[in-house]
Amino acid sequence: MGNGTQLGKVRGLGASHHGSHHWLQQRLTALGNVLLVGFLVVSLLRLPLGDHGAVHRWAANPTVALALVLLLVSVFWHLRLGLQVLIEDYVHGAARLVAIVLLNFYAIGGAAFGIFAVVRIVLAPAAGLAPGGM
Amino acid sequence: MAGNEPSARPRAPHLQVYKWGPHMTASILHRVSGDGLAIVGALMFLWWLGALASGPDAYAAFIACVWRDPSPEITLFHQVTNILGKLVLVGLTWAFFQHLFSGLRHLLLDTGAGYELKTNKLWASVVVAAGVLATAATWIHILAGTF
Repeated sequence: MGNGTQLGKVRGLGASHHGSHHWLQQRLTALGNVLLVGFLVVSLLRLPLGDHGAVHRWAANPTVALALVLLLVSVFWHLRLGLQVLIEDYVHGAARLVAIVLLNFYAIGGAAFGIFAVVRIVLAPAAGLAPGGM
Repeated sequence: MAGNEPSARPRAPHLQVYKWGPHMTASILHRVSGDGLAIVGALMFLWWLGALASGPDAYAAFIACVWRDPSPEITLFHQVTNILGKLVLVGLTWAFFQHLFSGLRHLLLDTGAGYELKTNKLWASVVVAAGVLATAATWIHILAGTF
């Protein structure tokens, strides 16, 4: 593969100096998303979505809450990688740097907001509050 | 830095010189659906999850905005957002199925399989058709339960 130097071949980093990390992480989070978002979509179709109490009890279940946290990590990491490629294709110059910084804020902030919402749902009874009173 | 400066290096010809094929449709739809899910889908999900955590009132406000306002006198704002919300949800359903199917196609292509002209054309077409059909089936299922 390629005609790089011996050391370059060993490190396998290529022209971007990031090797295949981005590519591989996109595929691995894609597999995670198939399972986790698949679970979410099937759940959403089966839940009485207008009933706050029922949906809250579903989300407070430890297994479901764990799946939701994993989903938030996998989805937001995957969308960060995907939107990065979009920015690299269409945004040039200094604007690209700004866009990538904003993308990181969005991805990390969004995942943190989501995970904190799941924590609020799960810990509402432990805090002695009615569901959602936290 | 790369980007704006002119370059003497050879450039790839632009898209319009190629004859359009299903693989190109599948490719651009993968990007469109992925970026739609990444921005609109993720924000809708966070809004829903945040409303769920914030309590029954916040959750009811979310439902009244994006799905159906139960109050007898619905504001003009909610009349608009109730229609808009359903349109966005149909769009997100399509984006989910499209991105799922074309994403699975990409995982298969990553193994080196499916690049023969006929096979590639067939599965690119199947993926686009399956996205539309799965969306239609899902919404028939949802609406059948609503009415």
